[in-house]
Amino acid sequence: MSTIPNSIFTPATAARFDKLATIYPVKRSALVPMLLYAQDDLGYVSDAAISEIAKRLDLLELDVRNVLSYYSMLRTAPVGKYNVQVCTNISCMLRGGFELLDHCKKTLHIGHKETTADGMFSLEEVECIGACCWAPAVQVNYDFHEDLTPAKMDAVLADYREGRGKDVK
Amino acid sequence: MPTLVSHPDEVKVVSRRFGMGATDIDKYIELDGYKAVQKAIENGPEWIVNEMKASGLRGRGGAGFPTGMKWSFVPKVSEKPKYVLVNGDESEPGTCKDHVLFLHDPHSVIEGTMIAGLAIGSKVGFIYLRGEYRYLLKIVEKAVADAYAKGYLGKNIFGKEGVDFDIITQTGAGAYEVGEESALMESLEGKRGVPRIKPPFPAVVGLYGGPTVINNAETIANAPHILLMGGEAYAKLGSERNGGTRLFGISGHVERPGVYELPMGYSMRDAIYKVAGGIKDGKKLKAVVPGGSSCPVLKADEIDVGLDFDQMAKAGTMLGSGGIVVLDESVSIVEFALRTIRFYQHESCGWCIPCREGTDWIKKTLTRFHAGGGNKKDIDNIQYLAENMMGRTFCPLGDAAAMPTLGFVKKFRSEFEEYLEGKRVEHPLIQITPIGEPALAGAH
Ligand SMILES: Cc1cc2nc3c(=O)[nH]c(=O)nc-3n(C[C@H](O)[C@H](O)[C@H](O)COP(=O)(O)O)c2cc1C
Ligand code: SF4
Ligand code: FES
Repeated sequence: MSTIPNSIFTPATAARFDKLATIYPVKRSALVPMLLYAQDDLGYVSDAAISEIAKRLDLLELDVRNVLSYYSMLRTAPVGKYNVQVCTNISCMLRGGFELLDHCKKTLHIGHKETTADGMFSLEEVECIGACCWAPAVQVNYDFHEDLTPAKMDAVLADYREGRGKDVK
Repeated sequence: MPTLVSHPDEVKVVSRRFGMGATDIDKYIELDGYKAVQKAIENGPEWIVNEMKASGLRGRGGAGFPTGMKWSFVPKVSEKPKYVLVNGDESEPGTCKDHVLFLHDPHSVIEGTMIAGLAIGSKVGFIYLRGEYRYLLKIVEKAVADAYAKGYLGKNIFGKEGVDFDIITQTGAGAYEVGEESALMESLEGKRGVPRIKPPFPAVVGLYGGPTVINNAETIANAPHILLMGGEAYAKLGSERNGGTRLFGISGHVERPGVYELPMGYSMRDAIYKVAGGIKDGKKLKAVVPGGSSCPVLKADEIDVGLDFDQMAKAGTMLGSGGIVVLDESVSIVEFALRTIRFYQHESCGWCIPCREGTDWIKKTLTRFHAGGGNKKDIDNIQYLAENMMGRTFCPLGDAAAMPTLGFVKKFRSEFEEYLEGKRVEHPLIQITPIGEPALAGAH
């Protein structure tokens, strides 16, 4: 179906990309969403993804990489199945964001931007995620968790570990 | 799911449908939805702009520019297509009001976008949400699809021959700077979020080179309410030259944090002590960052000020994005200042030297200071660096980093000095990252 033969993406994503390339006044406008959706599919933006997206949008791979490197949500290496992003910006900091980050580091035995040995979790300290009034806040694979305490955080992690986490993407 | 809060002092305009199931298009219609846009089609662009001007509505994105005036700047005739751009990038620390707006009343944003389009003669609107708001993007996307299905979007909307309007939704991918209007246009054109030199202003040369109106999501969502109640009635809800109401996000050390809709000019003291229930655990107030992290701090004895753009300016700070961050007596200002500058250093796009280097040097100095390796000259140096960033950059991010820094150093200088004398926080929250290594993820 896809306009690109042998697309590396799932058929649903490939079809979505076909459409994305047509809805804007200028094709290139699809670039940032495509990169993010590609990452949702593959876990990260791989070389093959960059190459296919460049082809789809008539861009150089260099153009794609140049844009990719600007946006902090985009990554070029895999992370754990669940990416735990702890906000420590001001509103969260005031309500225990740093303690929460510390707690995650201790319980998962990993640091900032690291992944557990079983590949289940990655951890990341992030800037404000727009949940300041329900601080401290954490995002796991796009899903928000608010008003957390270390104990509530344990429950959140247990939910994911046992496959009860929500998939928001 | 963010908890909805409520207080009797609230005046609900833009939040009047919150918690009422208005994401459902039929519910939205039942609650007077899509009436304003039909009224707008009937009465025409001049009427819309006049009502908006009369409303005294000022931009809710931070700068407080009068919305009616902004819309009137767009040239009537243009060779290139004109665009409406809704800024839902919401990344200013302390700000989460658009989050609740998209969650509870996405159709009001859509209807407002259509009204802005009618006012300036545009047939296409974009709604740009920050990448982290994926679940909200889905809500907005569904609302857009439902509006198309009803014939409210697309060709001949509401059955009116020749009246067309399309809406395209867009996701970002993590970048505070993309909230700046021209950087947002770059991002929407598939580029790095580096701003453009102004002039020309977006109203003349904006998205894809066409005349563009860009507004914050809350600003846009106010438009339908204004057209239904009348500009003058809306203006009366607020204070002088500051029409209407605003969503205030009160966070930090208060008993009842949340997003509240209060009349413009409402007392900041009452917002903190009455509406948000006062300082958490009966502690004492130390300071307030009044409108998102880029606004200069107010001390505890400076909060008898009305929450509007002019009164806040008079008090030496800004109303900004409406995110009121409350600090109790336990907070170390040194640490708070470090966390703030760390953010701006991370988000600087790197184009202007004063912003790129200034944020970096302030961060480095404060990091060392915070770790106990500071000296008296550092305090002056931080102030010197911040003062020299002011007004010397292409976009306002440089100022946004310098202004709060100056506020902390000037108003709490004694605390910086005491810090040197050993009065440090016992358990520093911020762990020291080696100088030179980025503290956080991301390339910009
Ligand atoms: C660094 C920076 C970040 C900004 N972020 C946002 C944002 O997230 N949302 C927003 O509406 N405006 C943001 N603004 C303000 C926009 O540039 C612009 O003024 C605003 O969207 C205009 O809409 P308004 O007139 O309705 O306020 C930001 C400005 C700067 C300088
Ligand atoms: S002020 Fe900072 S963010 Fe703005 S253009 Fe200059 S370097 Fe980039
Ligand atoms: S400061 Fe943590 S979500 Fe805004």
